Amino acid sequence: MAGAPGAAGIGGGAAALSPRGNLILTVVLVALAIAAPFFFYPVFLMKALCFALFACAFNLLLGYVGLLSFGHAAFMGSAAYITAYGVKAWGLPPLIGILAGTAVAAFLGTVFGWLAIRRQGIYFAMVTLALSQMIFFVALQAKFTGGEDGIQAVPRGYLFGVIDLGQPLTMYYFVLAIFLIGFAIIYRTIHSPFGQVLKAIRENEPRAISLGYKTDQYKLLAFILSATLAGLAGATKSIVFQLASLTDVTWQMSGEVVLMTLIGGLGTVFGPVVGAFISVTMENYLAQYGSWVTIIQGVIFVICVLTFRRGVVGEIAHLVRRFAAPAKEEVVHAATRPAPGE
Amino acid sequence: MLSALHIAIPPTPVLLSQLLIGLINGAFYAMLSLGLAVIFGLLNIINFTHGAQYMLGAFCAWFLLQFTGIGYWPALVIAPLVVAAVGIVLERLFLRHIYRLDHLYGLLLTFGLALIIEGVFRNEYGSSGQPYSIPSQLTGAQNLGFMFLPNYRAWVIGASVVVCLGTWFLIERTRLGAYLRAATENPTLVQAFGINVPRMVTLTYGFGAGLAALAGVMAAPIYQVSPLMGSNLIVVVFAVVVIGGMGSILGAVVSGFVLGLVEGLTKVFYPEASNTVIFVVMAIVLLVKPAGLFGRTA
Repeated sequence: MAGAPGAAGIGGGAAALSPRGNLILTVVLVALAIAAPFFFYPVFLMKALCFALFACAFNLLLGYVGLLSFGHAAFMGSAAYITAYGVKAWGLPPLIGILAGTAVAAFLGTVFGWLAIRRQGIYFAMVTLALSQMIFFVALQAKFTGGEDGIQAVPRGYLFGVIDLGQPLTMYYFVLAIFLIGFAIIYRTIHSPFGQVLKAIRENEPRAISLGYKTDQYKLLAFILSATLAGLAGATKSIVFQLASLTDVTWQMSGEVVLMTLIGGLGTVFGPVVGAFISVTMENYLAQYGSWVTIIQGVIFVICVLTFRRGVVGEIAHLVRRFAAPAKEEVVHAATRPAPGE
Repeated sequence: MLSALHIAIPPTPVLLSQLLIGLINGAFYAMLSLGLAVIFGLLNIINFTHGAQYMLGAFCAWFLLQFTGIGYWPALVIAPLVVAAVGIVLERLFLRHIYRLDHLYGLLLTFGLALIIEGVFRNEYGSSGQPYSIPSQLTGAQNLGFMFLPNYRAWVIGASVVVCLGTWFLIERTRLGAYLRAATENPTLVQAFGINVPRMVTLTYGFGAGLAALAGVMAAPIYQVSPLMGSNLIVVVFAVVVIGGMGSILGAVVSGFVLGLVEGLTKVFYPEASNTVIFVVMAIVLLVKPAGLFGRTA
């Protein structure tokens, strides 16, 4: 596992743009996001933004540390339940409710991460999947979650006691602000010395250990951060839809976020955002066809794994790089050739 | 202590019948985790499609009965062969392209395949189950004096033990198994000795898929034949595999049966936790022995 870097490794080899390119792109995208609700249905945009944050949080773990968590729905779902319950039953203000949900996700992330980082690779994926299934059964059986019905008719309330989140446009900008905060945290993490160590662990963990890094601590911290932000996405989503339901804690949801990240591009800054928008759009159009959504998701999984491992953004970045520096590409390619076996 | 916790000792028949159910579940956990372990050993892929292949086995038996009138006993042979053939096709078409990649891609690819297969069946049959009756030779039950043992359940437990031991024997005690184990250790070297490793890989995947289908046929009369019967089970089987460690065949089998019993016992004493107990055991095992109870490497 650890000996298979570059093109063969998860997330490795997919290049980000230059820092200045990223900055320009960010400014353009933020401007588009501010204008978007005048052209698109705000609820659709809010849904996509919540899933985009969820996918970005997931990508922090898979794309930058090489850890495939197959249980991220647990964090999103439990945060959604706590927020919905806090706001509805205890009358918490929406912001406090979201923070409470996020805090619970952070706590769960600490426990799950602490358990899961004891195993690597495929086992890590199975452990996270099993732990999240435990949360599913708790959500199914516990009294406060409302079982199959979930928690419905959650009031959106007033932000800071004055701003009415019942207005779609106000709610949209609130969600956009949360998304941008979450995205900024992830961006900062990736481009910090801490993020560099994470990438070193992804490429070659034994070497990172031999350089003196306590990789378990780094992995755990990355896991907690990822779980927390996934929780933030789930908490926000429960306010947007005024609903927390079992759908959010199923393993199918965990699979969906993997798919979003895969379509957009593993280990790219904007990939998960693109992937989330593609996936949510697709679901919107296919919702009426029932199980066809599942089948098409499966087909996309297969196509992505077999022929499209860089994802949309990764593929674009790759083309740009090849166009800009054809000679350099050769060298990079040779260096990242997959190592045989373990 | 017991009275302080308000746990009443249940009457013996209740306890025994829950233990029997536990043993039945354990038989399926054992057969499925065995197939996963065999596939993982040679292909280094966690076969997420395993649950779908188990479901395919059950549906294959149901189709045979429904459309051709072929009963349980022939289906026990035909369904695994059919699903094994499907598995071989999948391996040739898809899986062989990703062996040189990170193992996680194998998980994602088989997950996608499972979504497709289950989606197709859900489109056709919804999520409700189709009944499949117990073969006439195995209806009825034996009075053991202290409890009634339904014949079919006794057969399932007996047959799965035989299947598990047979697989163990095949892999650990025969020449073919020796090739297989050698190829697991060092495929390049084994290939250099003139053994067709790619074909062995293909057949191994087919064998694993066939095992899952066999479990599916045996499950058909007990649980209903439904498109989602596999996906709910596979997550539990993953936990079983993490607990047992995939290093040893016997480890997978033993932990399958034991965890089935643990689940049955939990149903008696604390039913609310019976769905989650295996995951809790997994968490404890990760704390005490991270490599799994029978695991060889961390």
